[in-house]
Amino acid sequence: MSINFKSYPVGELYDELITPKCNPRAPARMLVRLLAQMDEEELAARQAASELAIKGMGITFTVYSETEGTIDRAWPFDIIPRILALKEWSRVEAGLKQRVQALNLFIDDLYHEQRIIRDGVFPAEILAESANFRPQCIGVSPPLGVWAHICGSDLVRDADGTIYVLEDNLRVPSGVSYMLENRLVTKRVFPELFEDYAPLPVDDYPSQLFDTLAALSPRDIDVPEVVVLTPGIYNSAYFEHSYLAQQMGCELVEGRDLVVGDDDCVYMRTISGLERVDVIYRRIDDLFLDPEAFRPDSALGVPGLLRAWKAGNVALANAPGAGVADDKVVYYYVPQIIKYYLDQDPIIPNVPTHLCTDPKEREHVLANLEKLVVKPANESGGYGMLVGPASTKAERETFAELVRKHPRNYIAQPALKLSTVPTVIGRHVEPRHVDLRPFILSAKRTHVTMGGLTRVALRKGSLVVNSSQGGGSKDTWVVDTEQR
Amino acid sequence: MLSRVAENLYWMARYIERAENTARLVGVNANLLLDLPRGIAPGWEPLIEITGSAGLFRERYAEPSERNVVRFLIADMDNPGAILASLRAARENCRTIRDIVPREVWELLNELYLYARDEVNVGLTKKGRHAYLKQVILSVQTLTGLLVGTMNHDAGYQFMRIGRNLERADMTTRIIDVRSASLLDDAPVELRPFENIQWVSVLKSLTGYQMYRRSMQASVRQGDVRRFLFQHGEFPRSVLHTLGAVGEGLAVLEVHSERPRKLVARISRTLLDTDVSEMDARALHEFIDRLQRDFIELHDEVERAYFRGEALSAASTGG
Repeated sequence: MSINFKSYPVGELYDELITPKCNPRAPARMLVRLLAQMDEEELAARQAASELAIKGMGITFTVYSETEGTIDRAWPFDIIPRILALKEWSRVEAGLKQRVQALNLFIDDLYHEQRIIRDGVFPAEILAESANFRPQCIGVSPPLGVWAHICGSDLVRDADGTIYVLEDNLRVPSGVSYMLENRLVTKRVFPELFEDYAPLPVDDYPSQLFDTLAALSPRDIDVPEVVVLTPGIYNSAYFEHSYLAQQMGCELVEGRDLVVGDDDCVYMRTISGLERVDVIYRRIDDLFLDPEAFRPDSALGVPGLLRAWKAGNVALANAPGAGVADDKVVYYYVPQIIKYYLDQDPIIPNVPTHLCTDPKEREHVLANLEKLVVKPANESGGYGMLVGPASTKAERETFAELVRKHPRNYIAQPALKLSTVPTVIGRHVEPRHVDLRPFILSAKRTHVTMGGLTRVALRKGSLVVNSSQGGGSKDTWVVDTEQR
Repeated sequence: MLSRVAENLYWMARYIERAENTARLVGVNANLLLDLPRGIAPGWEPLIEITGSAGLFRERYAEPSERNVVRFLIADMDNPGAILASLRAARENCRTIRDIVPREVWELLNELYLYARDEVNVGLTKKGRHAYLKQVILSVQTLTGLLVGTMNHDAGYQFMRIGRNLERADMTTRIIDVRSASLLDDAPVELRPFENIQWVSVLKSLTGYQMYRRSMQASVRQGDVRRFLFQHGEFPRSVLHTLGAVGEGLAVLEVHSERPRKLVARISRTLLDTDVSEMDARALHEFIDRLQRDFIELHDEVERAYFRGEALSAASTGG
């Protein structure tokens, strides 16, 4: 039996490929036609082929377990791509550039004059209680005035088709390697699709990343020494660190490979002696970067690194302290931030957000917990949040207590009906919820990836897309439908 | 190349080689014992001496019975020379440098470790031991072949070559040392009729019997065997040959210290200048002792020259 989209249950939701009347959306027409020619047998075989390819290519993420040590798990992947029209994407791209530009101006302002606070747009008490504001960084002017060189912003689409920014990741966003590998896997298992489609390429990301990083070099030399700093093999994103270093042709270093000299320059220990390092793409959180400046017990970092950075002898990407804007309370203010620095209206809206610091809003949140999603201000990876509609009474009571105790630490948003994409479940195709994480690179120029990483919640009805919690991913295509 | 990466490559190769050597030792000893009359056979204790782990063994086991020694050498994770512990250490070293070695090397090493771990109870039985050890040796040989045939012969490769050959040199001298102790003129009189067979076992533990016959064209005599194992230029497990390989590896690397190479030259000269065939037991033991101290020094020199990084800070920062 072939795949029949006439009985595909779109329901009340927005499906990225199929209209409520069960017809394919314009950019998905040829994909749906191809899928409709396949029987279940073949579909399952393609899905199996993709899993084999992933195993063979060694695309993994690491899970740490007490008994087994580290386990490399194969990256869960669904073969049906998510397709976006270039026209829509161009608007999103412009919106992301606008957002990141404003956020960089905001961060730079916070570590200098704090005009936005003086002008009464951003409250001083929010900054005073920010978990990711680093007083050590006050007065520092990183190259080009950019703090967040690599940003991953999560986008979601609600039932009415509106795309929102759900959060901005400005610390060490991950996932881009899976975006790149997903395209390779699709090419292997669905080669005939590429006869009809020309999805815009994504594979120039590593060279754009390298250019972005190299532009930050304090030394004006032809080929600056750029390195990727990883916490090591036990980190869940180690695959990505190693992958990006390889793709850029850079050294993958750990903290113990680096040393700060008496001249406040950073060197790496090589078999030819110490070699000067110009730019560090660090995938270690701020607090572990430098035991002299932050947590003294950090064994992952490099003593003196912050000193070298402040002296302008090495560039760090992202800059320490950039995470101040990676706070869900700050997120609430992003539309105002865009207006303040750029005098523009935001192109992509925020999800309507309730601040628990405001007494009236807090009462509203506490009274409507079963309808809302409550999120901690400074967590990532989908941890520590309450999804109201799926919660138990006990969970709601715990969160009500938490919100009352630490209102600054929580925000609440309506539970969005995330859009879906047809996904292979066993031998069938069913809708599953997705989000989208594009990556934005900022240095001399700003680049946005073509699409990004689509994460999919593989469990029926689930809204949690994180790979650590049963999420998978899909290849994401941006297709120019107007050219054909 | 990062010092840490170079060091990981070096230790990965040493541990892989160690697993193979230990597998050879256990296998050959088991065969030897089958050929010797009960009561005069040296038993399993010499293996503990060979691996230089008598202290550790005595702490953990009451007596050097076959069962205890074999468990100690195959499966004891607290014994860094045990097959399983060596393979695990090799795998951990390889894990952090997966982007440096060909992907197949990681996969094979990973599979070998998992095999050795999952089948260890079979390997500890008399019946299953032979096949288990054979599989370990074969897989290590395959790994080495993969590295020679698929990896760039760059600096990283040289560090593996240096590690592998230093480990091999060390093991060859250990095997000669311990086996000789019971085979020389001061050995118990009852053992003498079996001397020949024991020298054959020394050769076999190094897969050297066939090559010995081919190149020495002599029957198995201890003087000739000693010359073959110490000084033969072509047998890949002879001490001279392994040192030559270490020297060649060093020659490819960038030189910022003459010391490792000078040391290799000095040890090789001593080797060639010594008449190993005529030494008595005591002199031989002292000679081997000195060689092993030299190997430790050589390791230290390589470490100082390449793995520390900061030792050269003065040169790099112009100070």
